[in-house]
Amino acid sequence: MGDWKTITVPVLSSDSKNIFSYTSERKRSPTSMNSQVLRLSLPSSKNMHSFFSAFCTEENIEQSISYIDRELTTLGFPSIYAESKGKELNLIAIINCMNELLTLQHKNLRAQEEVEMQHLKLGSDMDHLQNCYAKLKEQLELSKREIVGLQEKDRQLQSKNRNLHQLLKNEKDEVQKLQNIISSRATQYNHDMKRKEREYNKLKERLHQLVMNKKDKKLAMEVLNYVGRADGKRGAWRTDKTEARNEEEMYKVLLSDYEQRQKQLLLENAELKKVLQQMKKDIISLLPPQKQKPKERSEDGLVQSDQEEDIGELNKENMWELSCETVREQLTNSIRKQWRMLKNHVEKLDNQVSRGHSGALNEKDVISREDHELETEKLELEIQQCKEMIKTQQQLLQQQLTCDDDTTLLLQDCYLLEERERLQEEWRLFREQKKNFEKERKSFTEAAIRLGLERKAFEEDRGAWLKHQFLSMTADCKSENVTTPSSDPDIRLVKSASRQRKLPFVLSPTASPEPCQISQYITQNSVASEKPAGDKIPNLWVENDDKEET
Amino acid sequence: ASCMQHRLVVRDASSLQILHLYTCLDQIQYIEWSSDSLFILCAMYKRGIVQVWSLEQPEWHCKIDEGSAGLVASCWSPDGRHILNTTEFHLRITVWSLCTKSVSYIKYPKACQQGVAFTKDGRYMAVAERRDCKDFISIFVCNNWQLLRHFDTETQDLFGIEWAPNGCVLAAWDTCLEYKVLLYSLDGRLLSSYRAYEWPLGVKSIAWSPSSQFLAIGSFDEKVRILNHVTWKKITELDHPATISSKKTIVYKEVEKSPTVDSERLSFPPTRALASSLFSTQSKYDISQVPVSLQHIKPVADRANPKVGVGMLAFSADNCFLATKNDNIPNAVWIWDVRKLKLSVVLEQLCTIQYFQWDPCQPRLAVCTGSSRVYLWSPAGCIVVQVPGEGDFQIMSLSWHCRGDSMLLLSKDHFCVCYLEREEV
Repeated sequence: MGDWKTITVPVLSSDSKNIFSYTSERKRSPTSMNSQVLRLSLPSSKNMHSFFSAFCTEENIEQSISYIDRELTTLGFPSIYAESKGKELNLIAIINCMNELLTLQHKNLRAQEEVEMQHLKLGSDMDHLQNCYAKLKEQLELSKREIVGLQEKDRQLQSKNRNLHQLLKNEKDEVQKLQNIISSRATQYNHDMKRKEREYNKLKERLHQLVMNKKDKKLAMEVLNYVGRADGKRGAWRTDKTEARNEEEMYKVLLSDYEQRQKQLLLENAELKKVLQQMKKDIISLLPPQKQKPKERSEDGLVQSDQEEDIGELNKENMWELSCETVREQLTNSIRKQWRMLKNHVEKLDNQVSRGHSGALNEKDVISREDHELETEKLELEIQQCKEMIKTQQQLLQQQLTCDDDTTLLLQDCYLLEERERLQEEWRLFREQKKNFEKERKSFTEAAIRLGLERKAFEEDRGAWLKHQFLSMTADCKSENVTTPSSDPDIRLVKSASRQRKLPFVLSPTASPEPCQISQYITQNSVASEKPAGDKIPNLWVENDDKEET
Repeated sequence: ASCMQHRLVVRDASSLQILHLYTCLDQIQYIEWSSDSLFILCAMYKRGIVQVWSLEQPEWHCKIDEGSAGLVASCWSPDGRHILNTTEFHLRITVWSLCTKSVSYIKYPKACQQGVAFTKDGRYMAVAERRDCKDFISIFVCNNWQLLRHFDTETQDLFGIEWAPNGCVLAAWDTCLEYKVLLYSLDGRLLSSYRAYEWPLGVKSIAWSPSSQFLAIGSFDEKVRILNHVTWKKITELDHPATISSKKTIVYKEVEKSPTVDSERLSFPPTRALASSLFSTQSKYDISQVPVSLQHIKPVADRANPKVGVGMLAFSADNCFLATKNDNIPNAVWIWDVRKLKLSVVLEQLCTIQYFQWDPCQPRLAVCTGSSRVYLWSPAGCIVVQVPGEGDFQIMSLSWHCRGDSMLLLSKDHFCVCYLEREEV
């Protein structure tokens, strides 16, 4: 707002005095400033009037005008006098000045408002900060007290700890002391024992001497007669050879024992190796196919190739004999590798399962439990139904068993009748089939017989015909043999010869196909046979042609 | 064979008919059959005399007099033709030969529980010796009594030695003040030494499994440790707690049955059989539900050889079971399954267990507790067999026949033979 100038005007009311005794010190407390500003910014209408009337009255118009002019010019406004001479007032200038003053007033008021707002804000911030400060202070106090408490506890515990350590050390020292005492006493006892033993030995020696010196005849053995040795052998003298033999035998015994043990261990080893190999194969089969990410796939691929190599190598070598370190190590290492892979795989599966479980919402869990319960209920229902069925069946069975003899007999008779009828039906069918088969067999045999006869007849005819042909041929050959028709018979002969050669071949396959065909053929043949014998051959030809065409 | 005062009675095993009767010079303290069952030796320790009787020729006689040397123990050699006498104060062991009338001496034998051990095939004999306060073991060839090996042992005070059934390994163990078990091979090399702990009381009993695969060591801390023959290291520890809580263990408890008396058959004066059946209590086995807490006693702390620890160990003949007795819990027999190394059965009796022995042919265990009943256990179950007879027959010890179909039950002054019928298949 700028500096407030103290303007002393000769006649002033008490209110305006308050206003004008305002100094421009910015360091005044904001509250007092506030009230002062307020008072200034909101002059009441009463003050206004009194104020206005106090300044300019009818007597000092000129003075006041000149005063106002002076003030305005000092403030930088143009003079209100017209052309600075005379006492005529420039109304326009006055109005402009007034307007300017009003706008200035508005601006000042606004600025004041803003300042007040800021002032309020700052005040509230201050309050807030003060509150926070108070709270933090409290907290600090509390935590300081806590720390002190904890420190106390810590001190107590440490002292306890120290005491316990001390006790422990004391106990340990005591134990050590006791052990030392025990060991010293033990050595003392040993020493005493040894002394006593030596005395004892001396006594024994003495006694022994005395006993031996006595040489009483009683010290003897009376035997009626010698007893033979258990194994029948004679006693041997003690020589070096016997000593050596003893040693030998002893070592033999030991060696045989070791060999036996080694055999057992070898067998065990072989079995264990077999088991390991089996396990390896199982593990390999258990490992999953390559469904994982490329990285893992490459790893697996590498390891798979390793495995295959291992398998190949180990299968190449014979499991039985080789017990060298490298083979053993290879086997165990490969098994360990695969076992680790299997373990990883299982762990992954476990993680997936657990993730799946934990990922689901609680509701889902509840639902799944509900599903589970539903399923169990369903199963229980099923079980009940089955039980009821079983009960009814049991009841029926019991009824069956316990019903009257008559009804049982009847029932049994009914069953028997049914069975008998069934059997009879089957028999009937069977007999029919048998009849059919017999008929067919008969027809077959007749056909076969006829066929045989036909064949014979045919052969005879063929022979006759060949003869005839031959004779005719030779007759033709005697005449000119250029004529084509005569060649026809040749050709026909050739053809016939070829066809006749084909005949047996044609006939034999036809013998095997279905009986109906044969029967047809036979019937045809029989039909043919009814025709005159001269036509037979062409008929046969026709048949054969037909046959060949078919 | 049985002896009474100074008479030796030989009976037939299947019919108990008296075959021979011999009279000795003094009260017999110890009798032993020779390995081929042709001779019996009778030892009279007071007089220092051993008399040998023949079964084939009853007129044959033999008398061995130790004279002033005195006699403390006597036994046969495995070939049945030599007698080993241990003189008083363990001055020496005299080997008398029945074939050649010759005498050999073994000096400085050790005065311990099991100082002389023969291999199962009877080829070698191990003798524990002590010279100059050090323990030694000598191995002799039984054929000609030649010394094969002589070596010292690292024990403080050797307590016992035992051959493995395969005859190749010798186990030697120290007194109970030191827990130490040493294993030597036949040629005297130390194969391994095992020590479970240092200060508390040590080994109480040892048993080899029949296949020589395992060595079971029972100690005063109520545990059995089993070593395997490949590495001679402990494969398991079997604990004997007073409370059994495992669900897989079957606990058979002997329960007294009140005697049922048929009121009609009561007659006056009551017959002997009836009287005995009235007064003798019957008992049977019941299966107790797990967890079971067994009766245990707290040993007196300031006495030597306290009744603590595993005092009896025995492997079954087929190597499948191990029976143990913890002296803390004197009424129970613990049967372990060797294949699974787990406790399979506990038999809880009414009285203290005196002795048990496995059938040499089948996995059958016979237990006697000093009452007049013998208890049999097999994997199929267990039964109580009452010894019929008047009065009390307190079975103190028992012994199976080598064929496994009969067993001898011994009380203080009587004995009886129990025949087991084979099941008709």
